[in-house]
Amino acid sequence: MPNVHDVLFRTLADPTRRAIFERLCRDGEQTVGTLTARAGVSQPAVSKHLGVLKQAGLVRDRHEGRHTHYSAQLGALAPLIDWTSQMAGFWQSRFDRLEDLLKRMDQ
Amino acid sequence: MTNTASETLSVVVEREVPFPPKKIWRALTQPHLIEEWLMKNDFKPVVGHRFNLRADWGAVDCQVLAVEPNKTLSYTWAAYDLETVVTWTLTPTSTGTNLRMEQSGFRPDQPQYYRGAKSGWPQFFANLEQVLARID
Repeated sequence: MPNVHDVLFRTLADPTRRAIFERLCRDGEQTVGTLTARAGVSQPAVSKHLGVLKQAGLVRDRHEGRHTHYSAQLGALAPLIDWTSQMAGFWQSRFDRLEDLLKRMDQ
Repeated sequence: MTNTASETLSVVVEREVPFPPKKIWRALTQPHLIEEWLMKNDFKPVVGHRFNLRADWGAVDCQVLAVEPNKTLSYTWAAYDLETVVTWTLTPTSTGTNLRMEQSGFRPDQPQYYRGAKSGWPQFFANLEQVLARID
Protein backbone atom coordinates (compact mmCIF):
# COMPACT_ATOMS: atom_id res chain seq x y z
CA MET A 1 0.00 0.00 0.00
CA PRO A 2 1.50 3.34 -1.00
CA ASN A 3 2.42 5.73 1.76
CA VAL A 4 -0.25 8.39 2.34
CA HIS A 5 2.34 11.16 2.14
CA ASP A 6 3.73 9.85 -1.15
CA VAL A 7 0.24 9.83 -2.66
CA LEU A 8 -0.45 13.34 -1.43
CA PHE A 9 2.81 14.79 -2.72
CA ARG A 10 2.61 12.94 -6.02
CA THR A 11 -0.93 14.22 -6.51
CA LEU A 12 0.01 17.82 -5.77
CA ALA A 13 3.28 17.68 -7.72
CA ASP A 14 1.49 18.43 -11.02
CA PRO A 15 1.16 22.23 -11.32
CA THR A 16 -2.13 22.11 -13.27
CA ARG A 17 -3.66 19.73 -10.75
CA ARG A 18 -2.40 21.82 -7.87
CA ALA A 19 -3.90 24.95 -9.47
CA ILE A 20 -7.27 23.20 -9.73
CA PHE A 21 -7.07 22.15 -6.10
CA GLU A 22 -6.05 25.65 -5.00
CA ARG A 23 -8.96 27.14 -6.94
CA LEU A 24 -11.38 24.82 -5.13
CA CYS A 25 -9.79 25.77 -1.79
CA ARG A 26 -10.08 29.49 -2.51
CA ASP A 27 -13.40 29.71 -4.35
CA GLY A 28 -15.36 26.77 -2.94
CA GLU A 29 -17.43 24.16 -4.78
CA GLN A 30 -17.35 24.29 -8.60
CA THR A 31 -18.36 22.30 -11.67
CA VAL A 32 -15.93 20.81 -14.20
CA GLY A 33 -17.12 23.41 -16.71
CA THR A 34 -16.30 26.36 -14.47
CA LEU A 35 -12.92 24.88 -13.60
CA THR A 36 -12.13 24.20 -17.27
CA ALA A 37 -12.86 27.80 -18.24
CA ARG A 38 -9.97 28.93 -16.05
CA ALA A 39 -7.63 25.95 -16.10
CA GLY A 40 -6.10 26.48 -19.54
CA VAL A 41 -6.50 22.78 -20.43
CA SER A 42 -9.32 20.72 -21.98
CA GLN A 43 -12.35 19.48 -20.06
CA PRO A 44 -11.26 15.79 -20.30
CA ALA A 45 -7.87 16.83 -18.87
CA VAL A 46 -9.56 18.68 -15.98
CA SER A 47 -11.81 15.67 -15.33
CA LYS A 48 -8.76 13.41 -15.25
CA HIS A 49 -7.01 15.69 -12.75
CA LEU A 50 -10.15 15.78 -10.61
CA GLY A 51 -10.22 11.98 -10.68
CA VAL A 52 -6.66 11.82 -9.36
CA LEU A 53 -7.45 14.43 -6.69
CA LYS A 54 -10.53 12.44 -5.69
CA GLN A 55 -8.51 9.23 -5.38
CA ALA A 56 -6.10 11.02 -3.06
CA GLY A 57 -9.05 12.20 -0.97
CA LEU A 58 -8.32 15.83 -1.79
CA VAL A 59 -11.66 16.52 -3.48
CA ARG A 60 -15.22 15.22 -3.17
CA ASP A 61 -17.84 15.17 -5.92
CA ARG A 62 -21.56 15.80 -5.66
CA HIS A 63 -23.98 15.09 -8.49
CA GLU A 64 -26.80 17.53 -9.14
CA GLY A 65 -28.84 17.03 -12.30
CA ARG A 66 -26.47 16.86 -15.25
CA HIS A 67 -23.65 18.56 -13.39
CA THR A 68 -21.02 17.27 -11.01
CA HIS A 69 -19.83 19.71 -8.38
CA TYR A 70 -16.37 19.34 -6.86
CA SER A 71 -15.17 20.65 -3.51
CA ALA A 72 -11.80 20.60 -1.73
CA GLN A 73 -11.31 18.30 1.25
CA LEU A 74 -8.89 20.24 3.43
CA GLY A 75 -8.75 17.43 5.96
CA ALA A 76 -6.74 15.39 3.45
CA LEU A 77 -3.90 17.88 3.89
CA ALA A 78 -3.47 16.86 7.52
CA PRO A 79 -0.26 14.90 6.86
CA LEU A 80 1.32 18.08 5.47
CA ILE A 81 0.16 20.05 8.45
CA ASP A 82 1.53 17.35 10.74
CA TRP A 83 4.86 17.69 9.00
CA THR A 84 5.03 21.46 9.46
CA SER A 85 4.01 20.87 13.08
CA GLN A 86 7.06 18.66 13.41
CA MET A 87 9.24 21.43 11.96
CA ALA A 88 7.64 23.91 14.32
CA GLY A 89 8.48 21.49 17.14
CA PHE A 90 12.11 21.53 16.06
CA TRP A 91 12.21 25.33 16.23
CA GLN A 92 10.29 25.43 19.52
CA SER A 93 12.97 23.24 21.09
CA ARG A 94 15.67 25.49 19.58
CA PHE A 95 13.94 28.51 21.10
CA ASP A 96 13.97 26.75 24.47
CA ARG A 97 17.70 26.21 24.19
CA LEU A 98 18.24 29.77 22.99
CA GLU A 99 16.37 31.15 26.01
CA ASP A 100 18.36 28.87 28.27
CA LEU A 101 21.57 30.23 26.72
CA LEU A 102 20.41 33.84 27.08
CA LYS A 103 19.87 33.28 30.82
CA ARG A 104 23.45 32.07 31.14
CA MET A 105 25.04 34.78 28.95
CA ASP A 106 26.68 37.94 30.30
CA GLN A 107 24.95 41.19 29.47
CA MET B 1 -2.42 36.02 -0.76
CA THR B 2 0.31 35.93 -3.39
CA ASN B 3 0.73 33.03 -5.75
CA THR B 4 4.07 32.13 -4.19
CA ALA B 5 2.60 32.04 -0.71
CA SER B 6 -0.19 29.72 -1.79
CA GLU B 7 2.32 27.25 -3.23
CA THR B 8 4.69 27.02 -0.31
CA LEU B 9 4.41 26.28 3.37
CA SER B 10 6.01 28.20 6.20
CA VAL B 11 6.83 27.40 9.78
CA VAL B 12 6.58 30.34 12.17
CA VAL B 13 7.70 30.34 15.79
CA GLU B 14 7.29 33.53 17.76
CA ARG B 15 8.09 34.19 21.38
CA GLU B 16 8.37 37.00 23.91
CA VAL B 17 11.87 36.83 25.34
CA PRO B 18 12.81 38.84 28.48
CA PHE B 19 16.11 40.07 27.04
CA PRO B 20 17.06 43.07 24.89
CA PRO B 21 17.50 42.61 21.12
CA LYS B 22 21.23 43.30 21.37
CA LYS B 23 21.82 40.29 23.59
CA ILE B 24 19.67 37.99 21.45
CA TRP B 25 21.49 39.22 18.37
CA ARG B 26 24.77 37.95 19.83
CA ALA B 27 23.27 34.51 20.39
CA LEU B 28 21.99 34.48 16.81
CA THR B 29 25.23 35.61 15.17
CA GLN B 30 28.26 34.44 17.19
CA PRO B 31 29.37 30.95 16.12
CA HIS B 32 30.26 29.66 19.60
CA LEU B 33 26.87 30.83 20.89
CA ILE B 34 24.93 29.51 17.85
CA GLU B 35 26.51 26.13 18.52
CA GLU B 36 25.08 26.09 22.04
CA TRP B 37 21.46 26.28 20.95
CA LEU B 38 21.39 25.27 17.27
CA MET B 39 24.31 23.44 15.66
CA LYS B 40 28.05 23.60 15.00
CA ASN B 41 28.67 26.23 12.36
CA ASP B 42 31.00 28.66 10.58
CA PHE B 43 28.54 31.55 10.50
CA LYS B 44 29.57 35.14 9.79
CA PRO B 45 27.06 38.02 9.82
CA VAL B 46 28.03 39.05 6.28
CA VAL B 47 25.57 39.10 3.36
CA GLY B 48 26.55 36.47 0.80
CA HIS B 49 28.62 34.41 3.29
CA ARG B 50 28.12 30.68 2.84
CA PHE B 51 28.18 28.49 5.93
CA ASN B 52 27.17 25.06 7.21
CA LEU B 53 25.20 23.94 10.20
CA ARG B 54 26.50 20.53 11.19
CA ALA B 55 24.94 17.76 13.23
CA ASP B 56 25.44 14.01 13.57
CA TRP B 57 22.67 13.37 11.05
CA GLY B 58 24.11 15.63 8.35
CA ALA B 59 24.65 19.23 7.40
CA VAL B 60 22.53 22.15 6.36
CA ASP B 61 23.98 24.45 3.68
CA CYS B 62 23.25 28.10 4.26
CA GLN B 63 23.96 31.49 2.78
CA VAL B 64 23.40 34.81 4.51
CA LEU B 65 20.74 36.89 2.74
CA ALA B 66 20.17 39.84 5.04
CA VAL B 67 21.80 41.31 8.11
CA GLU B 68 20.38 44.27 9.96
CA PRO B 69 22.05 44.27 13.40
CA ASN B 70 19.66 43.77 16.32
CA LYS B 71 16.67 43.74 13.95
CA THR B 72 16.65 41.06 11.28
CA LEU B 73 18.73 38.16 10.06
CA SER B 74 17.95 35.96 7.12
CA TYR B 75 19.70 32.99 5.58
CA THR B 76 18.95 30.17 3.20
CA TRP B 77 18.57 26.71 4.73
CA ALA B 78 19.25 23.98 2.19
CA ALA B 79 18.98 20.32 3.02
CA TYR B 80 17.77 17.30 1.08
CA ASP B 81 17.63 19.20 -2.25
CA LEU B 82 15.26 21.80 -0.92
CA GLU B 83 16.14 25.39 -0.25
CA THR B 84 14.11 27.17 2.39
CA VAL B 85 14.73 30.56 3.95
CA VAL B 86 15.02 31.21 7.68
CA THR B 87 14.27 34.77 8.76
CA TRP B 88 14.71 36.06 12.30
CA THR B 89 12.97 39.28 13.31
CA LEU B 90 13.69 41.04 16.60
CA THR B 91 11.21 43.66 17.79
CA PRO B 92 11.86 45.47 21.09
CA THR B 93 9.02 45.42 23.61
CA SER B 94 8.59 47.05 27.03
CA THR B 95 9.77 43.86 28.71
CA GLY B 96 12.34 42.59 26.24
CA THR B 97 12.02 41.37 22.69
CA ASN B 98 9.49 39.74 20.43
CA LEU B 99 11.56 37.10 18.66
CA ARG B 100 10.08 35.68 15.47
CA MET B 101 11.46 32.92 13.26
CA GLU B 102 9.92 32.10 9.92
CA GLN B 103 11.17 29.23 7.80
CA SER B 104 9.54 29.62 4.42
CA GLY B 105 9.59 27.90 1.06
CA PHE B 106 8.50 24.33 1.81
CA ARG B 107 7.00 23.18 -1.45
CA PRO B 108 4.33 20.46 -1.41
CA ASP B 109 5.69 19.10 -4.73
CA GLN B 110 9.05 18.02 -3.38
CA PRO B 111 8.48 14.59 -1.91
CA GLN B 112 12.20 13.77 -1.84
CA TYR B 113 12.62 16.46 0.78
CA TYR B 114 9.85 14.98 2.82
CA ARG B 115 11.41 11.52 2.71
CA GLY B 116 14.74 13.03 3.73
CA ALA B 117 13.08 14.91 6.51
CA LYS B 118 11.28 11.81 7.70
CA SER B 119 14.52 9.85 8.02
CA GLY B 120 16.53 12.73 9.40
CA TRP B 121 14.33 14.50 11.88
CA PRO B 122 13.27 11.64 14.18
CA GLN B 123 16.92 10.79 14.76
CA PHE B 124 17.61 14.44 15.37
CA PHE B 125 14.78 14.65 17.88
CA ALA B 126 16.09 11.59 19.65
CA ASN B 127 19.54 13.19 19.94
CA LEU B 128 17.98 16.43 21.07
CA GLU B 129 16.07 14.72 23.86
CA GLN B 130 19.29 13.24 25.17
CA VAL B 131 20.93 16.66 25.17
CA LEU B 132 17.94 18.27 26.86
CA ALA B 133 17.90 15.57 29.50
CA ARG B 134 21.44 16.57 30.48
CA ILE B 135 20.58 20.26 30.87
CA ASP B 136 19.13 21.38 34.17
